[in-house]
Amino acid sequence: MSSGALELSAVAAAAAIRDGSLSAGELFDAYRERAGADRAAGEQGLNCFTWVADERPAQAPAGGPLAGLPLAVKDLFCTEGVPSQSGSRILEGYLPPYTATAVARLLDAGASLLAKTNQDEFAMGSSNENSGYGPVRNPWDRARVPGGSSGGSAAAVAAGLAPWALGTDTGGSIRQPAALCGIVGLKPTYGAVSRYGMIAFASSLDQAGPLTRDVADAALAFAQMVGRDACDATSLEFPHAITAPSAERLDGVRIGVPDELTGDGIEAGVRACFEAALARAEELGAQVQTVRLAHAPHALSAYYVLAPAEASSNLARFDGVRYGLRAEAQELLEMYTSTRHDGFGAEVRRRIMLGTYALSSGYYDAYYGRAQRVRTKVAGDFREAFAEVDFILTPTAPTVAFALGEKTGDPLAMYLNDYCTVPMSLAGIPAISIPCGLSAGLPVGLQIAGPAFSENRLLDAAHAFEHALEFDGSGARV
Amino acid sequence: MTPVISNDEVLHVARLARLALREDEIEPMARELSAVLEHIARIGELDLDDVEPTSHVVEVTGALRADEPRPSLPRDVVLSQAPAVSDGGFLVPSPQA
Amino acid sequence: MSERPAAPGTAALEPVIGLEIHVQLATATKMFCGCELSFGEPPNTRTCPVCIGLPGSLPVANARAIHFGLMIGLALGSELAPRSIFHRKNYFYPDQAKGYQISQYDEPLCRGGRLGEVRIHRVHLEEDAAKLIHVGASGRIHGSDASIVDFNRSGTPLAEIVTEPDIRSAEQAGEWLRLLRGTLRQLGVSDVNMEEGSLRCDANISLRAAGTSELGTKTELKNMNSFRFIERGIRAEIARQQKLLLDGGQVLQETLHFDPDSGAITSLRSKEEAHDYRYFPEPDLLPVAIDEQMLAAAAAAMSELPAERAERLRGDAGLSEDSAQLLAFRGELGDFFEAALAAPTDPPAGAQALANWVTGELLGRLDDGQDPADSRLEPAALAALVGMVGAKQISVGAARQVLDRLLAEGGEPGAIVVAEGLAAMDGSDELAAIVAAALEANADAAERVRQGNAKAIGPIVGQVMRDTKGRADGTEVSRLINEQLGL
Repeated sequence: MSSGALELSAVAAAAAIRDGSLSAGELFDAYRERAGADRAAGEQGLNCFTWVADERPAQAPAGGPLAGLPLAVKDLFCTEGVPSQSGSRILEGYLPPYTATAVARLLDAGASLLAKTNQDEFAMGSSNENSGYGPVRNPWDRARVPGGSSGGSAAAVAAGLAPWALGTDTGGSIRQPAALCGIVGLKPTYGAVSRYGMIAFASSLDQAGPLTRDVADAALAFAQMVGRDACDATSLEFPHAITAPSAERLDGVRIGVPDELTGDGIEAGVRACFEAALARAEELGAQVQTVRLAHAPHALSAYYVLAPAEASSNLARFDGVRYGLRAEAQELLEMYTSTRHDGFGAEVRRRIMLGTYALSSGYYDAYYGRAQRVRTKVAGDFREAFAEVDFILTPTAPTVAFALGEKTGDPLAMYLNDYCTVPMSLAGIPAISIPCGLSAGLPVGLQIAGPAFSENRLLDAAHAFEHALEFDGSGARV
Repeated sequence: MTPVISNDEVLHVARLARLALREDEIEPMARELSAVLEHIARIGELDLDDVEPTSHVVEVTGALRADEPRPSLPRDVVLSQAPAVSDGGFLVPSPQA
Repeated sequence: MSERPAAPGTAALEPVIGLEIHVQLATATKMFCGCELSFGEPPNTRTCPVCIGLPGSLPVANARAIHFGLMIGLALGSELAPRSIFHRKNYFYPDQAKGYQISQYDEPLCRGGRLGEVRIHRVHLEEDAAKLIHVGASGRIHGSDASIVDFNRSGTPLAEIVTEPDIRSAEQAGEWLRLLRGTLRQLGVSDVNMEEGSLRCDANISLRAAGTSELGTKTELKNMNSFRFIERGIRAEIARQQKLLLDGGQVLQETLHFDPDSGAITSLRSKEEAHDYRYFPEPDLLPVAIDEQMLAAAAAAMSELPAERAERLRGDAGLSEDSAQLLAFRGELGDFFEAALAAPTDPPAGAQALANWVTGELLGRLDDGQDPADSRLEPAALAALVGMVGAKQISVGAARQVLDRLLAEGGEPGAIVVAEGLAAMDGSDELAAIVAAALEANADAAERVRQGNAKAIGPIVGQVMRDTKGRADGTEVSRLINEQLGL
């Protein structure tokens, strides 16, 4: 097998496997070796993975659209018989008896489980420094963070240790690491992909999505995952089939740019790349105008009430009774409190506290109740904006990848990484991040958001940008 | 600057959340939470009186399940990840009262 | 009528009682997953990722449970919410797999309604907790006693019915609960068996000065698993509060346990340390919208609402209000009555007479909650019996004996009357001779009757009834006694 096989996108590799010019088994082995090597390298590696397959899949995949392609999956997806820990020590070694629907659909379509990727604990974080299994390092600069919470998935794809990966996005956890690692990350419409088997962080916000080398790969993965699941009451039937993106121009496309998310908070180098991307868009035939997202400045605050609140409840099941860590204790209360103190990391404990407080007697109306109303307003702002424009563009993240340890001392500073991505999460609308340039040698992401169920058009627009921008991600390859 | 949340409140919330807090963790927790809460407080500035809360961003109702049995998990699987097992059940310290 | 609460000890205190009833619904599967309901299966053999709260699991609501919930609402005359939502009730306990129970909070399925004399506050759906089995000291748990958790019951669908505090006595509570149980049984939504746990009842009890409207501090009485215990428990708690208040004390808001063996009431935990449940809308479940189809299906499944049935029994069968109510709301009695009424018997049984026999003599001979259809008595047999009584072919006393036999062995009343020789005695010499003998044997009583003490006739009548094995007609016996005494 030629080394060029590892350069192939998922779409290209699948085609090569189907036409017989590439062996799925050999490809899997090659990736497995690379992933295994990273795992073995410890602090010298990127620390992308929490588990790597130690052999080829037992059953040769029977073809299907994904033709045996190796797939890396974020740790929080339940994978039957394979550790699923959501980056936490409280679930160290936990083996679920079932597989998450999103993963199962990809496996049924022919994919092979290559590895589980490292992540911020319980998906809470924007730098992958909150993992119970050590931080992930950015392949562009190993002294820097890859973003989070799907940092392991993003780093693995950027470094070429996996052809593609699955992540989850609650407030930006697919998009922001995709931006910081110079790859593509798609957060679908809320409800488009089943959450069954995703170890929950914030139920009304969590969504599974692909992290890939290019837009066509993202469309391929999404097409297999999408659709109603009887096991998830909040999942929806997608109104139309997902098509492969092909657009190379943006003629007639109306682009909206909100001042609220593109102003002072964005670092200069990022802003420069963003403006350049807008200029390119116009060259491709798009019309760019300003839109108002009046409540966007409050979205982050609302998010940091709603997400921790739901998380505080979702994480109550980690009590040492039925699975996971159980601390030694003389009696029940101590068992609960010690288990949860010892098993959860600092950020998770902080958010559980925040969420519990926001829901507690006397505070519900001021916090949770209000945050739900802000959410209504944010969603309303987008609906109004989409009456005038087809897509809304922003930088994905306010900065490029920052240094490990730079923001860990200041939770609030860390939360601000999400302020461009959170509004779309609150509104439940789809958004994709694609690399649009480099700033000081580090990737910058462009976020494109569309109305609910606009993924086909969204992917097409992203494809056109990608084609025009010709971003070179090889600088990150290991 | 008085913290938004006091040490006592921190202890109360920790109790509700069944999270142990070491002595030396209480004050930092109060500080960190206060900083975040102060930022969050800006949602208090908005006039939201006539706004309905969104509890489900999906504008759909229903999604009910037919009352048809599905296979349960075998017991050995159910108990396989349990920290302590006895007589086919999960063994725990008894709740008081 | 005073509006100010009277000082303790200076006015009668009236009990104010509300009930909270949990009904396990007789669906095939659990509230939020496809596990079958468990009836004594070995522990943890009816569970799945959802009902044991495995990471990543999600609930999906059981359509049939909602259907049953609607039927209950219709039967209670409640308002059915066009849109209701599930809430999470957050608390830590080993029997709560997820660390929260999925229930309903401020947008329940049903609001208001009435059953008999008691108004309904609300009805909502929720899931049951697991079972905790206390096992005492375990070598493996140092320090405290141990418990074993069995999740078979976890996730079982429950309907919670909350009444307004309209009940004023322990007896009324027991009676009303029986009425509710009969109604729910007729609907077919639950086994409503207290001993098995498919019907659970807690009582909220407070006292106030009679004639006032302010509510006193209430206590909650839990874990009573039979009608008798509930009545006794409520009675004991009323007495306890009464004594406390009359002694100048104050009732503390707390949760109490009644021990039926000792009659003692002990505190389970202070309600002041009440849980902060941090309710918020369940994000994993969509709002339940009740559409025309669901309403129609619920209404159709009920055949006839108890209130309608009572109306019909009053109108068509010409029954008294009380009889009609009882037969309508205790469905199994109503079914038996209507079957008996429809049976062609000669001589025919009058409707009211038949109703009286069903709600009186028959009901008195059944076990608490027993369905007469499960006994050996056939509806047609009862009808025939009542017809015979009406035509004076047998006395009431004899009929009671026949009823005992019918319940014990089944059969046909006419045959039993012949076999036992229970046919009514006509006004023949035989009866006159027995009366004469009785008067002789009870000379003192006879003398007192002659002297004008009418009550003294009792033992003489009793003697005659014994001697005739109850076959004689009571009225006729009295007449003969008076005749023979020359009165």
